Formats: sequence, C-alpha cells, structure tokens
Amino acid sequence: MAPQTLYEKIWNSHIVREVPGQPSLIYIDRHLIHEGTSPQAFAGLKAAGRKVRRPDLTFAVMDHSVSTKNRLLPVLDADARGQFEALERNCKETGVRLFDMHSRNQGIVHIIGPELGITQPGQTIVCGDSHTSTHGAVGALAFGIGTSEIEHVLATQCLSQAKSKTGLIRFNGKRPKGVTSKDFILTLIGKIGIAGGTGYVFEYAGDAVGALSLEARMTMCNMTIEGGARAGMMAPDETTFKYLEGKPFVPRGKEFQEAVEGWKALASDPGAKYDLVVDIDATKLAPQVTWGTNPGMVTDVTSRVPDPNSFSDPVDKQAAERALVYMDLKAGTPITDIAVDRVFIGSCTNSRIEDLRAAAHVIEGKHVSKHVKQALAVPGSRVVKVQAEKEGLDKIFLDAGFEWRDAGCSMCIGMNDDVLPSGERSASTSNRNFEGRQGKGSRTHLVSPMMAAAAAIEGHFVDIRKWDVNGAE
Amino acid sequence: MQPFIKHTGLVAPMDRVNVDTDQMVPKQFLKLQTREGFGRTLFYDWRYLPGEALNPEFPLNFPRYKGASVLLARANFGCGSSREHAPWAILDYGFRSIIAPSYADIFYNNCFKNGILPVTLSDAQVDDLFRRVENQESYRLTVDLENQVITDESGLRIPFEIDPFRRNSLLKGLDDIGLTLEHEPDISAYEKLNPKSAPMYEAVDVKIAAPQT
Ligand code: SF4
Repeated sequence: MAPQTLYEKIWNSHIVREVPGQPSLIYIDRHLIHEGTSPQAFAGLKAAGRKVRRPDLTFAVMDHSVSTKNRLLPVLDADARGQFEALERNCKETGVRLFDMHSRNQGIVHIIGPELGITQPGQTIVCGDSHTSTHGAVGALAFGIGTSEIEHVLATQCLSQAKSKTGLIRFNGKRPKGVTSKDFILTLIGKIGIAGGTGYVFEYAGDAVGALSLEARMTMCNMTIEGGARAGMMAPDETTFKYLEGKPFVPRGKEFQEAVEGWKALASDPGAKYDLVVDIDATKLAPQVTWGTNPGMVTDVTSRVPDPNSFSDPVDKQAAERALVYMDLKAGTPITDIAVDRVFIGSCTNSRIEDLRAAAHVIEGKHVSKHVKQALAVPGSRVVKVQAEKEGLDKIFLDAGFEWRDAGCSMCIGMNDDVLPSGERSASTSNRNFEGRQGKGSRTHLVSPMMAAAAAIEGHFVDIRKWDVNGAE
Repeated sequence: MQPFIKHTGLVAPMDRVNVDTDQMVPKQFLKLQTREGFGRTLFYDWRYLPGEALNPEFPLNFPRYKGASVLLARANFGCGSSREHAPWAILDYGFRSIIAPSYADIFYNNCFKNGILPVTLSDAQVDDLFRRVENQESYRLTVDLENQVITDESGLRIPFEIDPFRRNSLLKGLDDIGLTLEHEPDISAYEKLNPKSAPMYEAVDVKIAAPQT
C-alpha cells in the first residue's frame, strides 16, 4: 500500500460509506457540545422527531457564557440563563453527559476534552466550535462544525465530508528561550496568511515540535483554524502517551499498553505525500505580537507597526490601513512602545497549567503596572484552577495585582461580563484579534502567556527574551 | 431546506477582504435559541450607530441597495468562528446568494445547509462585478444554479464551477440528515465492526442524565 499520512490513516479508518465523486460518510468518535451553538440543533432534532444516536459518545459543557466570578449567584443575563437551562434540559432528555457550571470538572470545552482523556489519538472529534482543532494535538482528526452539522452528528453519529488536502509544517532546530508554541503558530499564520490553509489539514512536525509538551502542541493546533486550515495535528509520541496515561477516560494497565501500540502505528509513513510542505527555522523565531485585526497581522516584538505602503498587494495595503485606524496605531511605532490597558491570560489557546506557570514565573515578586486597569488570570478549567492553587500560583497572581478567576471563555469572547471596553487595548493570550472580539470597539494584541504577563508588569509590550525566563517554560 | 434553483436580485457590495463571522453576528446575539430573526444583527457593529440608528456610511444602508438579495464580497469571506448564526443572518436579511473569490471552509459549508448559494469567481471577475455595481444603480444579477451561470440584463454571462454533489442537494433542497439516515444499515455495520465507547475509568463530576427511553 502507498505510504499514508496520519490524516489519511484516521480518515480511512472512519469511512462508513464511500461513493466516488461524492463526499464520504465519516464516523465520529467524540462529539463535544457547548451551550452557545447547540440549542438550535437539539430543537431541530426534536422537531423532526429524531433521537440522539450515541449519547454515550457525546459530551456537553457550559463554558462560553459562564461567570468567572461567583457562580453561586443567580445568572442575571436572561439569554445566557436560557441557554444554560436549554443545555441542561436537552442533556437530560437525551442522556448526554453534561459538565454543568457547578461541576468540579467544568472548563472550556477544548481544555477539558484532552484533560479528561475524552479525546484520544486516532479519533475523529467534532464540536460546534472552530477551535475544535485543538484536540488534534493528541493525534486526532478534530475540527469545528456548524449547528446543522451538530444536528447531523447527533442524529447519525456521522458527517458527510470531502477529503482535505494535507500540509506538512515542520519547525526545525532548537527553540530559543522566551519563544513559545504560540509564537510558532503566529509566525506560521503571518507567513501563509489567514486563508493560507483553506482546504487543508495541517500536520506539524520537526524537532522543535517534537520537543514541545503536549499542552504547548495544543496551542498550535488550537490556532490552526486562524490560518484557514480546519484541523491541525501531530503524530502521537511518547509525550502524548505520558500525557494521556491515568486520565479519567483513558484505559488502564494492559488495555492502555494495547492502546499505545495502536496509537504508535498512526504516525505518517516515511515517504507519505503532502500537497504542501512548509519548513520554518525555529532557531530564528522571536516572540510575536499582533498589531492588526486578524491573527495574520503579526510581527516580531523587536519590530515596528508596519507602514501600509510597505505592502505590495493593494488589498493588503487597504486592510492594513483599516486595521491601523481601528487599532489606533501609527505606522513605524516600535511594538514595545505600545501601552496596554488590560491584560487577559486565559482562553482555550493558553489557559492550561503550563501557561499559568509560565505567566506566574514572569510576574513573581513584581506588580502590575499602575497604568494597567485590569489584569485577569482565568484558568481554562476547574481542574487547572485547583492544580494552580495547589502550587500557589493563585497567590502569585493575586500578590502581583492580577484577578484570579473561575474557569470559562471569559474575555476571549466577552459573552459573560468580562468585556474589554471600547477603545481600550489588551495584551491577550487568546486567539482572535478581530474587530470587537473582546468587546465592541476593543483593541486586541495576541501574545504568549509570558509576553502578556510581562506587558502587565511594564504596562507596555516588552521583549521577554531580555528577562530571566529560565524555569518559566 | 429551501431549494436554490435560480435567483434574480439586486446586488449589494461588501468591499472588504477577510470579513469574519464575528462581524456578521457579534457575540451578544449568540445567546439566542432560534435560527430566525438574525437579519437585524447582520454586520451589527458596522451597520448601526449607538442606539441602533443606521450608519449612513455603511453601504448596505445606502438607499440604492435596499432590498438587495445578492451579496458581492471579497476574498476569504466568512473566516473565523464556526457560528452558523452568520448564514442565518445573511438569509434572514434577504440574501439568497453570495459571490466572492473565496470563502472560509466552515462558513462555505454552513451556507449550503441553509439554502444559500455561495458562488466562487476569479478575482478579476469579482473586480468587474464590483465596478458594474458601483457604476449602475439597481444593478441586478441572475444566479442560475441549474445552468451554473451568472447573467445580467446587459448580456453578461459568467459560468461558474461548483461541486456536483452540493449543487444537487441545493437544487433539490435535500435534508442532509434524512439522506444519511437512509444509510443506517451502513452505519450499524460500521459500528459492529468498529465498536466505539467512552468508558470512564475514574469517576469525574459529570451529570449522566437519564438514559433514553
Ligand atoms: S476560549 Fe474563546 S476561542 Fe476558545 S472556545 Fe471559548 S470563546 Fe471560543
């Protein structure tokens, strides 16, 4: 048989029905659900008199609109409350397992999937959320779907899908200190553009990727969608197996060993063909900061806000002009001169325990700048929160002047009351700097957790490589 | 789903690249539980001034584009969030077809699930259409899916490509789920050969609702 890629192996083992010239019917191993995009799907299902085919493979969680303050208080936002109640009711009626807002295991859907071992190598995983790509880091095919497709998966446990093109993205060499996987993925998006991956599934490889922790790999897969590719993945390796072992939904003992043997066979075969290969020299990478209104508008922390006239393509030039107006930035301003009003450390991109450790290391013994109005540390899940508190990280954040919150999407999207006010500027560890993303009129700069932490201390962006980051990673 | 066979309508221009779905339906409207009524929210932050007064500078608010049902757009239309609220809003506003050089994957897919036809043309063809819309009041296009061609009243004729499977589903307004359920025996056979389960080896704090009856 011809050598196969990781993607092809997973694809081939999930074909339920294949007819030439038509999309294939693909089986779905894990269906994750949150309150924001699911009510219409359940309503549609009910209206058609259909049932959830595999409630046992479906997992629901409340994350987008939950309060990160006191969750025992009543939910005042009637629309949000309506969605919570709908999710609870729908799960109850259909037998779907629900991590509600009071569960000790509640958290952002893309944080808790891997954390609980619900998502595993070789699986097909979908969720009505574009950042489902995150789960690809365990060696799975994971992608976001719309509400009609949620309904389709609920009813059939299958999806009708056309095969994607494959891209191999290699990061080669040793990653410099102060440069994180967030900088890897932002660099890639800056290079290929936010539509560069449209129609592709990306596989990340190279020694710099192999050296990353599984959590750091998740950050890359998470933001893969920002480059237009619907899914990102890494071949499962020892790092993956070690991460998964002992997780609540991962088999134990002999069963685990057997599973690992199967997972090892998932890696792309030598000589497997890709439609696109990109090589990036990891040794040359610098911490990244976005300056515009999409994640592809990004540059090194040592550079300056670009001059729109420097773009040869008139479309890019116009987009840059517009972005600078929205962001209230002047071309030529050094990135490190940009002052921030608020700092957000959180989101499914960067709110795992390693992210919080890195940020805490940077701020320990220091204090948030008096020019910064608010600095938020929002753990991605309650399990992360408990772990962080065990390690005393909450104290480090609080002593430095951060707010220490409960788990949820929070200021990544501002669906609860964690909103970036109009005209204000944030350093944010999230994934989207679109106009109005963190709040109407808000201005977002995407950075790594260490970079966000340092910006909180100084009140403006700084090159984290100039700080002592030994032990921060 | 409402079928799409052929549609003639007024064209409105959306002259920006990379229009993301956060712009089409901002977050505050994602807490609703229906598929209807999102037309009001389309391009909310661009379309309205404070107090929901119409922003006179936003093209969709120009009187000449009132009642438009064909949306002319730029590259990578619909990038970002997977929210299907975006095509719901586009449809509810009155658009039946979009014409652009390229689309983001999830959004493109979501359009077909809602009876919206996203037509892909070359950059040059789209540029040309933008010029025509600008130069001619009440510029109308006919988007003919059956014959895969776009025409105007002055004799313009632009053929377009589309995946035959998607074309067929849209022409007939097929119910995807119903179609898949016709293959139930294949699904059951697959499940028998590849048993899937998600056992919990260590108790976590999850509510397992009453099993289905
Ligand atoms: S943290 Fe942000 S990007 Fe992630 S799931 Fe929540 S809203 Fe979406």
